[in-house]
Amino acid sequence: MIKVKSLCKVFGAKIAVNNVSFSVERGEVLGFLGPNGAGKSTTMRMITGYYPPTSGSVEVGGFDILENPIEAKRLIGYLPENAPGYADMTVHGFLSFAAELRGLHGDARKRAIHGAVEMCFLENVLFQSIDTLSKGYKHRTCLAQSLIHDPEVLIMDEPTDGLDPNQKHEVRNLIRRMSPNKAIIFSTHILEEVEETCSRAIIIDRGTIVANGTPAELKARSEWAGAVYLQLSAIGSAPVLESLGQLSGVIRTELLSEANGRLEVRAIPDKKNPNVNLTRAIYELSSQQHWQLDQIHTEVGRLDEVFRSITLPDTVKAH
Amino acid sequence: MNAWNNIKAIMKRELGGYFTSPIAYVFLIIFLLLTGFFTFTIGNFFERGEASLVSFFTWHPWLYLFLVPAVGMRLWSEERRLGTMELLLTMPLTTWQAIVGKFLASWLFLALALALTFPVWITVNIMGAPDNGIILAGYVGSLFLAGAYLAISCMTSALTRNQVISFILSVVICLFLILAGYTPVTDLLMRISNPVVVDVIASFSVMTHFEGFQRGVIDLRDFVFFTSVIGFALFTTGVIIRSQRAG
Repeated sequence: MIKVKSLCKVFGAKIAVNNVSFSVERGEVLGFLGPNGAGKSTTMRMITGYYPPTSGSVEVGGFDILENPIEAKRLIGYLPENAPGYADMTVHGFLSFAAELRGLHGDARKRAIHGAVEMCFLENVLFQSIDTLSKGYKHRTCLAQSLIHDPEVLIMDEPTDGLDPNQKHEVRNLIRRMSPNKAIIFSTHILEEVEETCSRAIIIDRGTIVANGTPAELKARSEWAGAVYLQLSAIGSAPVLESLGQLSGVIRTELLSEANGRLEVRAIPDKKNPNVNLTRAIYELSSQQHWQLDQIHTEVGRLDEVFRSITLPDTVKAH
Repeated sequence: MNAWNNIKAIMKRELGGYFTSPIAYVFLIIFLLLTGFFTFTIGNFFERGEASLVSFFTWHPWLYLFLVPAVGMRLWSEERRLGTMELLLTMPLTTWQAIVGKFLASWLFLALALALTFPVWITVNIMGAPDNGIILAGYVGSLFLAGAYLAISCMTSALTRNQVISFILSVVICLFLILAGYTPVTDLLMRISNPVVVDVIASFSVMTHFEGFQRGVIDLRDFVFFTSVIGFALFTTGVIIRSQRAG
């Protein structure tokens, strides 16, 4: 549904988006991750036809956004960053305006408004003007606008920004419910959101894609993926760490805490020389050494750690 | 057909925007009070002793100088300030349709304000027997004058998210369009340069072209002038909006 090919956007001397390519099919939910100013919004604005790209192309449902903008835009529902809305209009007036521009008239328009209002829980504020709404309602009003024509492609710039935890949960459910017959792209800062709702995630940093895969694949890139966590009672940490470190497949060990003879240790696997049975090997080691093992488990990677390691802030990377 | 539906949707929203806020009512009241004041007090409507609306129309270029930019200043500035421009321009419509829709809505609003001055017309018809053809021509001219100012305000409004800057810029441009053909200024120019140059400069002025309408002369050239000012300003609006997004 969405095909993005070597997209670039330059503002003056600043390269905001540099050679970004990806595609999203129907049924996929693509999470767009990246630090602030990485180029997420700029990319989305180019896909929705708000910014013309400096170079590269965007195709939505087979229509090029520059050559057939109207046909492409018809397929897209868009929730811009900060969920803008006309301050002096009522929620109903605003949705009615959006429906009209989407070519919905008469009964079809009524049904569309009704459906969007129901989906976004706006019944209570339907005839309130937008500038009197709380942030959550304002956000949902703009979300309703993007869903009003039941678009095949849904692009949302931080759809859960400024919502309370319940509302966030609702929006995620909504995305999941809609996902089977739409192509969805959304950007977020919240990593659990990606794990929960996305079938694929792209991490973008300083305008370029630095990672692209399923949440599980991305997590596997974490240094901690496959690490073995131990909680045990032993006399002193040094011998424990030493014998763990000598095991094949362990690249290094970490002492997480030590108190009253109780240790928490993590053994980080060597990705280049993996040991498929690392957990079992460690278990056997502990019984040989007569450690009193309280807990042992294999860790899955953590997305936030992957995120941090590939999108280090400028100050760190400069060194 | 589709284009017209989009333009209609934009117009409806814009007009609704005027009337749900106090802008419309404040504007209409001030406009009517000022036209009355200028016509009857400063324009010496009664002392003239003639059945015409000359004293009414003479003031329009000056009155519109401040009132029309006040109507037009929000057209695009507000969209940029609220961020709704992104929403509007990612809808399936062309930038053109949005520009024309907004312009027509505001023009219609100004036409309504102008139509509400009908008591002046009734007054002059009760008191004497004016040439209503001349008056109609005056109204048509006034509407086009307002349209030209409005298109310029539309253009300056696209330049900035700040309505005050947009207002001041359009007042300055409109003032220039007045002064280029304002008699005291042309007299002054006449003394320092040759008449051909002065004529060329004056032909850019709304005063020169509005004058014909006031005398009841509907000249094609005056129409062409006002429509080209409108066309040019709206075209420039489109260019400005496009260039802002191009980065």
